[in-house]
Amino acid sequence: MSRIKSIEELEKLRETIIEKQKARKLSIAICNGPGCLPLGSRKITQAFIDEVKKQKLTDKGVEVRATGCHGFCAQGPLVVIEPQGLFYQGIKVEDAPEIISETIVNGNIIDRLLYTDPDSGEKIPLEKDIPFYKSQQRLISGNNRLIDPNSIEDYIAIGGYKAVSKVLSEITTEQVIEEVKLSGLRGRGGAGFPTGLKWKLCHDNPGDTKYIICNADEGDPGAFMDRATLEGNPHIVIEGMIIGAYAIGAHEGYIYVRNEYPIALKRAIRAIEQAEKYGLLGEDILNSGFNLSLHIVRGAGAFVCGEESALMSSIEGKVGEPSQRPPFPVQKGLWRKPTVINNVETWANIPHIINRGGKWFASMGTEKSKGTKIFSLVGKVNNTGLVEVPMGITLRSIVFDIGGGIPKGKKFKGVQIGGPSGGCIPEKLVDLPVDYESLTSAGAIMGSGGLIVMDENTCMVDIAKYFTNFLSEESCGKCYTCRKGLQRMHEILTDITEGNGKEGNVELLEELANVVKDTTLCGLGQTSPNPVLTTLRYFKNEYESHIKEKKCPAGVCKELITYSVDPEKCTGCMVCLRNCPADAVTGAKKQIHHIDPEKCIKCGSCYELCKFDAIKIE
Amino acid sequence: MVKLIINGMEVQAEEGWTLLEAIRWVGFDVPTLCYHEGLTPYGACRLCVVEIGKEPRSKLVSSCTYPVEEGLIVRTHSKRVVNARKMIVELMLASSPQSKTVQDLASQLGVQQIRFKVEHEDCLLCGLCVRMCAEQMMAKAIDFAFRGGDRKITTPFDMKSEECRRCGACMYICPACQLRCDGPQAEQDICNACLQITPECLKTYDDVMCYLTTCGACLKQPETKQKETKNNKS
Amino acid sequence: MELSGIQKIIEKNGTHRSALIPILLDIQDEYHFLSRDALACVAQTMDIALVDVYRAATFYKYFSLVPKGEHLIQVCLGTACHVRGAPGVLNEIQRKLHIKPRETTEDKLFTLETVNCLGACAMGPIIVMDEEYHGQMTVSKVDKLIESFKKHEGITKDEQDKKH
Ligand SMILES: Cc1cc2nc3c(=O)[nH]c(=O)nc-3n(C[C@H](O)[C@H](O)[C@H](O)COP(=O)(O)O)c2cc1C
Ligand code: FES
Ligand code: FES
Repeated sequence: MSRIKSIEELEKLRETIIEKQKARKLSIAICNGPGCLPLGSRKITQAFIDEVKKQKLTDKGVEVRATGCHGFCAQGPLVVIEPQGLFYQGIKVEDAPEIISETIVNGNIIDRLLYTDPDSGEKIPLEKDIPFYKSQQRLISGNNRLIDPNSIEDYIAIGGYKAVSKVLSEITTEQVIEEVKLSGLRGRGGAGFPTGLKWKLCHDNPGDTKYIICNADEGDPGAFMDRATLEGNPHIVIEGMIIGAYAIGAHEGYIYVRNEYPIALKRAIRAIEQAEKYGLLGEDILNSGFNLSLHIVRGAGAFVCGEESALMSSIEGKVGEPSQRPPFPVQKGLWRKPTVINNVETWANIPHIINRGGKWFASMGTEKSKGTKIFSLVGKVNNTGLVEVPMGITLRSIVFDIGGGIPKGKKFKGVQIGGPSGGCIPEKLVDLPVDYESLTSAGAIMGSGGLIVMDENTCMVDIAKYFTNFLSEESCGKCYTCRKGLQRMHEILTDITEGNGKEGNVELLEELANVVKDTTLCGLGQTSPNPVLTTLRYFKNEYESHIKEKKCPAGVCKELITYSVDPEKCTGCMVCLRNCPADAVTGAKKQIHHIDPEKCIKCGSCYELCKFDAIKIE
Repeated sequence: MVKLIINGMEVQAEEGWTLLEAIRWVGFDVPTLCYHEGLTPYGACRLCVVEIGKEPRSKLVSSCTYPVEEGLIVRTHSKRVVNARKMIVELMLASSPQSKTVQDLASQLGVQQIRFKVEHEDCLLCGLCVRMCAEQMMAKAIDFAFRGGDRKITTPFDMKSEECRRCGACMYICPACQLRCDGPQAEQDICNACLQITPECLKTYDDVMCYLTTCGACLKQPETKQKETKNNKS
Repeated sequence: MELSGIQKIIEKNGTHRSALIPILLDIQDEYHFLSRDALACVAQTMDIALVDVYRAATFYKYFSLVPKGEHLIQVCLGTACHVRGAPGVLNEIQRKLHIKPRETTEDKLFTLETVNCLGACAMGPIIVMDEEYHGQMTVSKVDKLIESFKKHEGITKDEQDKKH
């Protein structure tokens, strides 16, 4: 492939690729996303490739495609057969030959591999009919299934880089910014700053040298949507960045990817190389006179480096310590030059906005929150995975319609949203619309998009302790109140969960939390008390049980619980006895077992394994 | 010139000044700990916070690092600010009670209780010594290392540093060991509170040019030092 | 450690200050830890104060100043894994191997690390042993997994018990 030298050439290439792809009669799209990979989807892909070869189907237009995340991780590994959109789940290597012979060759649906609707018990063959997908609006993530992320041609075939050619040929920088402003797009990385405004501020700052940065650090310890986007469709991020660079007048940009995401790194590096080879990056892009080069920077593992000023300092080769803003990055950013930094998902929205117009984009969502948002729906919920929903959808819709409710018939307690510095929202607010303002007013934040569902077995004090500990380790440690304040909050929370809570602890926590929020420099410190403050706000009774009655209602805090066997229910099956790592269970076959409280390490292994619900936690 | 309003008063400040400089220039004061006129402001201790902007959208910022801005409304002693400072000093008091600087601040701000478990952590990580070493002594022998709760100030690998000239400037400027406190419990005749700490440096250097005539930590025998710290902990 | 190898890595990345972290990452990848000599070599070649290099090397979680064990066990303590019982899994590994996170067993066989979310939350709790993911971990599965690794190394349970 030689460089594409003009917009006409790009369009011609697109036609050629589409023409070529018409030979594809059937595609087998195998999810190789973050959830399915550990379940062996790489081997499964190879099995399909081998089988297609063996049955000599390559020439007959059968294509095997390893793709990015399809979203429904709970049912993985997933295989979707196009163009029908036939959805097979829980695929194993052994299933490949059968799928090829039965479905691909003979056109029969294999019942066993279909998704079963838990409510009606019916089998659902097509992806689009599955309740998990029905209430979603997969603007960004929907394309993952359609392309091989290693192939720029696949991306071009579905309309890729059209927005770039449009921008470079027809519109001025001001018009691009206007369009983004009109769309109402707000940053998906946490704070929700209006993207168009950010670009305008940077554009208006004088200076020849400007930079753009894509923040793919994704340090939120319960989220993986940026990873999935970068792995599943790296070119859309690059396309967004080219448009942004053009708008503000930058000729150099960086994608900052955390090192824990080796696949995302590889895909991004490869995508940049391809785009350079095709002339979509580099000098004189599509004969427009516009130059842009992109570089990859690996993050060496620090949550705080997701914060923009820390991230830039990290690119400069220093430690990731946030710095005083103002000056803001749009004024003095990377190497003190005006810089626009946006999140992966923010960038991925840009090509859509340019192609279909800001007005179209603004028609989705609520008054102040536009478009869609990807959440990683995890925790105590049936349908874990990546979901993309229009802004303004209720939590109920996400947890129950899409998420399929809580496993094992347990009671829903609430969700934790917005990452470590987000907040816990209780069940009674389940009809809260998910948009920037509503979440903030509930004490949480949109954050990057982690959405962790919690049930009756989740202890809220423990959750607050968990996040406080996380943040205390991840704080850079510069601000005294962030470092010491978080340590002290953790100390108090530890006391409470260990049964050493005292009268006055709750008030002190609240007072300290508010001071930490007020007196810290960066977003990490300022939002770090949110988990404590929201759990205090909505679950104060749990704190009180721990402090006054020395009880953990959820049965989580080890020091406050004991495990015992319910003699009524125990059948003497020996399962817990055999699996107890501390040898604390005694008894014999068909005899009621007993747990020795002295030996018990409270690991919960018996509780997990007992089929008869005979282990009691008190 | 930049015009801003400090405690209701219109103030003309020079472009590029920090809020702290403007505040002190007109004669108000805010307490500071990690600030030193001869060194680059760092913003670590957060004691110098002031409230900026109009309520309810006002916020607290560290005045030693925040630049003056046209029309900015600044309040140096609002209730929110004073309460925050008190909490900061209470935190410091609980972790570094041997520091006279901290004890003095506590008295100044009227902090009369410690609601946290008292520990002897000594170093406040204000970074004065780090900046002193790098900016005034041009040595760059010590710096911060690690992060979060593990953060500390040290030489590379905690070993004797070739860059260090044993000038003692770091100890000279340290608010945790520079001025020894006379003891938190006044009723005791002999306090010896300062003997509770063993400056980190002594593990590595016993030939440092120490200006601390009253410290005496280096004169003590290693065994007695250890015993004492143990006793104090129990 | 071969200092010429370090020099090569520096050459590849350049001596601009912004190359520091990529260089340290490459050294970590290549040698699995950052030795004193390596850091001193980086400081000297790049003309950066040794404290700056040391500071960066201790700030980021990916770097290790001591050599790691043969097998790396990473326990995800991401939020999703936490609510699904990761702390119990971690406790069990600690109990079994007698090491804490970021430590290596005496026989240099295992290094234990905790990580924040590997992006596979849907299958939590997750542990990764030598880059292989093990999902839906439970306390009882930990035992089996570690035993299987030891068996692979030819260490029987008896020997192990004798040691402790
Ligand atoms: C502690 C902390 C961690 C952050 N982590 C991330 C992150 O992992 N990814 C991200 O895109 N933004 C993160 N942010 C937000 C960034 O600072 C910045 O606001 C964002 O990248 C701007 O892009 P946006 O406007 O597109 O959201 C973090 C902020 C803070 C305070
Ligand atoms: S004096 Fe300003 S933060 Fe310490
Ligand atoms: S929380 Fe474990 S993989 Fe994300």
